[in-house]
Amino acid sequence: MNEIDINSLIDKVRGQEMTRQQFIRRMVGVGLSVPMAAQMLLTSGLAQAQTSSSYKPTKRGGGGALKLLWWQGATLLQPHFASGTKDQEGSRIFYEPLAAWDHDGNMVPILAAEVPNSSNGGVSRDGKTITWKLKRNVLWHDGRPFTADDVVFTAAYAADPATSAYTKGSYSDVKVSKVDSHTVRVEFQKASPFWADPLVSAAGMIIPKHIFESFKGATSRDAPANLRPVGTGPYKFTDFKPGDMLRGVINNDYHEPNRPYFDSIEMKGGGDAVSAARAVLQTGEYDYAWNLQVEDELLLRLEQGGRGRTSITPGGNIEFIQLNMADPWTEIEGERAHPSSKHPILSDKAVREAISLVVDRAGVQKFIYGRTGIATSNFLNNPKRFVSPNTKFEFNPDKAAQVLEAAGWRRGSDGIREKGGRKLKLVFQTSINGPRQKTQQIIKQAAQKAGIDLELKSVPASVYFSSDPANPDTYTKFFADIQMFTTTMPQPDPEVFMNQYQSSQFATKANKWLGRNSTRYNNPEYDKVYLAAQSEMDPVKRAAMFIRMNDMPVNDIAIIPLVYRPRTAGIVNNLVAPLSGWDNDLWLLKDWYKTT
Amino acid sequence: MFRYILRRLMIAVPSLLGISLVLFTVLAMAPGDPFSELVSNPNIPPEVALALRQKFGLDDPLMVRYWNWLTAMLQGDWGYSFISRINVETLIMQRIPVTLLVIGSSQLLALCIAIPVGVYAATRPYSIFDQIASTLAFIGFSLPTFFTGILLILFFSIHLDWLPFVYRADIPETGWRFFWEHFKQMIMPVVVLGMFQAGAWTRYVRSAVLDVIRLDYVTTARSKGLSEKVVITKHVLRNALIPVVTLVALQMPAIFGGAIVTEQIFRVPGIGSLIISSMLANDTPVVMAVTFVFSTLVIACNLLADILYGWLDPRISYN
Repeated sequence: MNEIDINSLIDKVRGQEMTRQQFIRRMVGVGLSVPMAAQMLLTSGLAQAQTSSSYKPTKRGGGGALKLLWWQGATLLQPHFASGTKDQEGSRIFYEPLAAWDHDGNMVPILAAEVPNSSNGGVSRDGKTITWKLKRNVLWHDGRPFTADDVVFTAAYAADPATSAYTKGSYSDVKVSKVDSHTVRVEFQKASPFWADPLVSAAGMIIPKHIFESFKGATSRDAPANLRPVGTGPYKFTDFKPGDMLRGVINNDYHEPNRPYFDSIEMKGGGDAVSAARAVLQTGEYDYAWNLQVEDELLLRLEQGGRGRTSITPGGNIEFIQLNMADPWTEIEGERAHPSSKHPILSDKAVREAISLVVDRAGVQKFIYGRTGIATSNFLNNPKRFVSPNTKFEFNPDKAAQVLEAAGWRRGSDGIREKGGRKLKLVFQTSINGPRQKTQQIIKQAAQKAGIDLELKSVPASVYFSSDPANPDTYTKFFADIQMFTTTMPQPDPEVFMNQYQSSQFATKANKWLGRNSTRYNNPEYDKVYLAAQSEMDPVKRAAMFIRMNDMPVNDIAIIPLVYRPRTAGIVNNLVAPLSGWDNDLWLLKDWYKTT
Repeated sequence: MFRYILRRLMIAVPSLLGISLVLFTVLAMAPGDPFSELVSNPNIPPEVALALRQKFGLDDPLMVRYWNWLTAMLQGDWGYSFISRINVETLIMQRIPVTLLVIGSSQLLALCIAIPVGVYAATRPYSIFDQIASTLAFIGFSLPTFFTGILLILFFSIHLDWLPFVYRADIPETGWRFFWEHFKQMIMPVVVLGMFQAGAWTRYVRSAVLDVIRLDYVTTARSKGLSEKVVITKHVLRNALIPVVTLVALQMPAIFGGAIVTEQIFRVPGIGSLIISSMLANDTPVVMAVTFVFSTLVIACNLLADILYGWLDPRISYN
């Protein structure tokens, strides 16, 4: 089925000759996923069916207390200073964005009256202007009405460099202006197929102008509301102790009927992931535990307690291996791993191919990650419409040995191969973390069979993932031959996620190694496709571009995808909690309830 | 006496300065920075981290940073946390009540066990009671708290389902239920810490009493016809407790410092859990403030112990 056929089908739906369901069924029939088909209709300007909510309670309140356990407690409650998910989640109880992402990567309006699209005039034809219509009956927790001024203020607050907001990146290149009291216009400098970064999801939590007005810019740290949030969310703030306890009570003026269900909420922080899993799955002391980074074997055993279940939500996070394309051992212009250098061993594609063949991905999934890490040959694994069918993985140390033999790498007396006087010895680094050290071991053993000697190195996580320019062991510097870590995909659109193989993103001394391309992958073709995808408004063509971008570093074996990591959470049996892999765990807190 | 205290206080100033300099240098040289989550999140532009490094003064030379910290500290400004961006003293004050309550009760429990058991065992050395008490004391201080803690959780929380193992400092219940809930959640951490301390102290009290009980004046008191009870409480215990008081006084800073491992296991929001999470997050101002307060307390409690010692035992002179 080609593009013209699809477009004629879309016209049929528009002319009501065909229903939405029929269209989606047809598309699924030709191998597309449901979300992709839905997205095609959405961008073509056909109203999307509301994601059906399974919310049952018929009155507000009466649900008692909801007890959440976060083994890393929230440390601040200003959403625009929230660096990690734990802080975003704390803020998300009280603040709301205009729209959020559901588990399929579809947009769900929260403070917006509807999702903008081209048929309701929300998305302009050139893809440069987005118009948001806001809900009218929304009140801040202090009783003041929520208006377009608050949205415009939030954007200006985050964009101000003196504020040093962590969400600055979402607002620095857009112009947000007020059309009327409940309409806001977002203007981009160029056509933006992914226009849903500002004002949406975690980066889009709207803060009240009347509270934060005098604390914009350099005085942002002094705002008392940084610790006492006033939002629009389903629960109102009562008490907060950073890193320990956060409490709230029901918001009786919440803007949706019959919501929320619980009378109060508490989020307890601290401890470790294993005992958090215990407190939900085994004793039921708490209702929900976030981010259970626990070995699957243990989770299965705790689930036998019968009080709760593990929820596994697919997102886009991936554990993968990077091969250094630059030379980390020689300095060029005073800089190790200079992008212009070539790795003395890994520049030989046969070596890279051999390394890929000794990585036992199925084994890593089976023996280490279980349900919490699915073996994959792709870097981009989700949403389904971006998944490449053109890659595959294989575990075969014998074949690896043959490949090396054919390329002239001969075994020395110690079993390690060498070529031109250079031994096949490589340094493999990662952060200190149980499953990662086990994975390193599995790969080292298989590599040894093929005649590759891997020296394993593990760096404490607080060092490895830091931005300290003076430390040689950070993952962005990558002063080793091979490294392994998880990279996160925070949005259902891969545009930001895929920027890490662009040559403009090289991690170098000049940008204090904060560039995202740490593997120093350099492919002019990739740069060209990326640039084109940034303003391609046709969703089908755009998806195809991202699949091509996925294939380039994977098939060049600059990276070896390992397992993609769904999110795991513990939920007590009678709690209904809609989760999403594309947003915070609490993205739909208003719809959480307990069955009796 | 007064001159002695004055002299000790004057020695304390350079030692505190030295301690703070060493602490600051070690923390500054420790690898890592507070922005790990920023760096791994693709949505945060790199210039935000650079701007924050500058704002927090992390790019200044070490001695400049130390000088800034010291001058601010002398004016009573403890700085603010890089992570939660609130003042350090607020953070510490939030954690102190729980620490005092939990660690304080465990020390009290330890004393209430150690003194009677130690004294009774010493008056009947090598009896069955003494043997059992000694064995238990050895087990008590040999088992690490992370082991006994998990053991208690497995038994009382998971197997029997009697006690909660997540400590909540704020309990919404009111009236008697408030106290009952507090009591229930305190049992396990207090017992774990108390038993550990009691084991060591019991041995100490026992040997202190044994030393005194053999002295001539005790024999004299007995031969005067005084009852055993009076001999032990009035004559033996008073003298035997002098070294024990010193030991307890030296233990005081630990009450403030909290118990890192036990607090982590039971999620007690005390100073110990604050310092460990701040260290993991490279939140230097908080780590610096807590460790500095802690070293001040160590110096102060040492002085206190020395003064108490002289007051209890007039034979010791300070000249």
